[in-house]
Amino acid sequence: MILQQLADGLVLGSIIALGAIGLTLTYAILRFANFAHGEFVTFGAYLALLALGQFQVLSTTTFGPLSFGWPLLASLAAAILATAGLALLLDRLLFARLGRAGVAIAVVMGSFGAALALRNLLFFAFGGEPQYYSRAIQIALPLLPRSVLGGVRATPDQLAVLGVTALLVIAMHLFLSRATLGRAMRAVAHNPQLATVTGIDVAAVVRWTWIIGAGLAAVAGVFAGLTVQIRPTMGLDLLLPLFAAVILGGIGSPFGAVLGGLIVGIAESLAVPLVGAEYRAAVAFLLLILILLVRPTGLFGERG
Amino acid sequence: MVELLAGPLAYLVFFLVIALYYALITLGLNLQWGFTGLFNVGVAGFVLVGAYSSAILTTPDDPGRIGGFGLPVPLGMAGAMLSAGLFALLVGIPALRLRHDYLAITTFGIAVTLQLVALNLQVLTGGPFGMNFVPRPLYDELGGQGGWNLAYLLFVAALVLLVWRGLARLTASPWGRVLRAIREDEAAAAAIGKHVFRFRLEAFVLGAMVMGLAGAVYAHFIGFIAPEDFLPILTFQVWAMLIVGGAGDHRGAIAGAVLVWAIWTGSGMLLDLFVPPEGKAQAAALQVAGIGVALCLVLLFRPTGLLGRRG
Amino acid sequence: MSLLQVDRLVAGYEPGLPIVRGASIRVAPGEIVAVLGPNGAGKSTLIKAIAGLVLVESGEVRFGGQDLRQLPAHRLVRAGLAFVPQTENVFANLTIQENLELAGFFLGRRRCQERVRAMFELFPDLARQRALPAGRLSGGQRQMLAVARALLVEPGMIMLDEPSAGLSPRLVAEVFAKLAEVRAEGTTILMVEQNVKAALALADRAYVLAEGREHLSGSAAELASHGDLASLFLGGANR
Ligand SMILES: Nc1ncnc2c1ncn2[C@@H]1O[C@H](COP(=O)(O)OP(=O)(O)O)[C@@H](O)[C@H]1O
Ligand SMILES: [Mg+2]
Repeated sequence: MILQQLADGLVLGSIIALGAIGLTLTYAILRFANFAHGEFVTFGAYLALLALGQFQVLSTTTFGPLSFGWPLLASLAAAILATAGLALLLDRLLFARLGRAGVAIAVVMGSFGAALALRNLLFFAFGGEPQYYSRAIQIALPLLPRSVLGGVRATPDQLAVLGVTALLVIAMHLFLSRATLGRAMRAVAHNPQLATVTGIDVAAVVRWTWIIGAGLAAVAGVFAGLTVQIRPTMGLDLLLPLFAAVILGGIGSPFGAVLGGLIVGIAESLAVPLVGAEYRAAVAFLLLILILLVRPTGLFGERG
Repeated sequence: MVELLAGPLAYLVFFLVIALYYALITLGLNLQWGFTGLFNVGVAGFVLVGAYSSAILTTPDDPGRIGGFGLPVPLGMAGAMLSAGLFALLVGIPALRLRHDYLAITTFGIAVTLQLVALNLQVLTGGPFGMNFVPRPLYDELGGQGGWNLAYLLFVAALVLLVWRGLARLTASPWGRVLRAIREDEAAAAAIGKHVFRFRLEAFVLGAMVMGLAGAVYAHFIGFIAPEDFLPILTFQVWAMLIVGGAGDHRGAIAGAVLVWAIWTGSGMLLDLFVPPEGKAQAAALQVAGIGVALCLVLLFRPTGLLGRRG
Repeated sequence: MSLLQVDRLVAGYEPGLPIVRGASIRVAPGEIVAVLGPNGAGKSTLIKAIAGLVLVESGEVRFGGQDLRQLPAHRLVRAGLAFVPQTENVFANLTIQENLELAGFFLGRRRCQERVRAMFELFPDLARQRALPAGRLSGGQRQMLAVARALLVEPGMIMLDEPSAGLSPRLVAEVFAKLAEVRAEGTTILMVEQNVKAALALADRAYVLAEGREHLSGSAAELASHGDLASLFLGGANR
């Protein structure tokens, strides 16, 4: 049992991690807690669903044992682009203007209002019923026999989610440590004025931050849709775990966000047999309070 | 008299009680945000705690759950304030020493968590079906439905007046001036030796207690509560009320609550008239989305509030 | 012909509340010019206004004939004007090497690597610690890194805000010796200083700023022997 919960927690944790990377980057670079980030996750999932309706005709074969094929990958790409576009639009119309007014909390409040509007628009457009990318039933493969601590089973889709997340995390790490844009993002997070002096176009870095953050959120949304289901409240339900992961890892640390995401996911999963599946989200809250009491800068935080 | 209290007038009384319930919550939030600059995103959670606490304390014994304890309603209301205050301490102590947005995140978290508890901790809260038979004191003595509603309206109005005057005195006192000093310039307030954290915590807890009281007011008026009465939308409505009324102004908070509630119920009625029943849930979503957009527009174009005079 | 020409500059942090109130300054190619003045005189604000980092309400800023007010702040360094702020002038979360490589990102990979090597030759202390996060450096080393970051792009002119602030006299001497070397290579320098003695020893000319305007100006030697200077710093003009 315990191994199975760890494995389930890892899958959930990698979805949280993908969402949390974007949230921690926007938090550090734009300096506000974006309550609309969960809606990027939801939008990503629904936009991919919409796109899937168009791309389904391309091919009906799936990748080996997976539940999906090229059409879903094409839809994922479309969802990433469209969600990034949504984030840029929101920044242009709302966040940038509120930020200019100089009251930091006005931006947070605006993101709260935007989240509400976006979530309810989706509900209006798609209704509240859960939806799926594929109705096909996936057989969970035994990875470890029952004799080893209860064994581990996972569906091919879950394994694909883990694999792609690992690749994305490595890519993000290389990007932030090696690429000029990645380093510029770290520089802007540390000191925007000094970044300007150094010749960095801070506005452009901010735009890229939205694109990358929202793009990763869209991937998280599609993965959540693939392994769980697609609902208008999926992003709202993820928001607390996302914030817990970001603060646990230390604001501004993508590596910390990944680790924080995995910790939150596994903790939620391990808590299920103790307190029941209903209280999953409460686990994230307890972790959040705990880390604020013990080490408010998080595990890898650079500033509080 | 009896006929007059039926029909439109009865509806007006009902409307006003609910509007004043919102006014109480908004007054609590005004102390936190308007005067101290504390961003509470979990308003619904504190109202929920108040409603459930008072209900658990005052309902007759129910074999299906812990309690009720059958205590008098005033004790229930006191309990509501106390427990809302305790939860405020729980999030305030870790979050109020840190940057503002930490409080936003933790209050958001506690509202989510309390909603989960209300929904799932059946032995205490009755779960998704909620709690019935929350006492409505003197119901029969005051002539049942119509007369009692009117009497309750008077009671709530008196309560709002009391809280308003009380908060107005507090915020005009030296304590209130320190709050505003902290709000305007935290570093300067700290420099003149003010214990910023303690003042903030006091204001946060006091505001939450007012919200808890409002929850109890609601529970004893409707006589029935369920988790869905305290969804995040409640938080949002209250924020809209405060922003429309103009943060930092007690009278504005009350006016904003009544005005926004009027717009809310008015637009709800229009939806009822023009939308077929099967589309109702989706139309309601559109209504909420509209309020979200409206809040953003107010933030952008009238950041000091629609009714507010501060600037 | 001046390289930098500032005329009747009015600038500040909020509209209608100017800190710099009509300052005019000129720097000729190859010169070292110091801007002196009591604490709060607006020296940092002046230099930030030239760099495009604060609100300029009126006046003119020209660099090599180019109107800097028309140029976005992040293009300045590409136009050949580098700036070392007074505090927080390195990226503490990046290593020394990353700090330098980032500074030269627009030079192209090859040229950037060349320049990083050149800076490491000029500042051997930094070369030894290249993999260390800049946040772990001492005050003097940070200042050196900040100067190196600015010099890396081979600017025509560099502006420094109180390069001696917080450094021991020995380190001040070291930093100023480096600046002398830099000028010898042909780089023009404008620096803001409170350390009047050290600044006048290095500079060719100086301006004394008070209440957002230049109050005195002249050659370093003239100013060093000027009687008013002492009274100015003892608070006469410093409200
Ligand atoms: N970021 C800022 N926002 C508002 N006012 C500032 C800021 N920085 C400095 N000031 C004000 O501008 C005036 C001049 O400051 P500054 O230019 O730093 O002086 P100096 O560098 O000569 O010591 C001071 O009165 C200071 O309070
Ligand atoms: Mg200065």
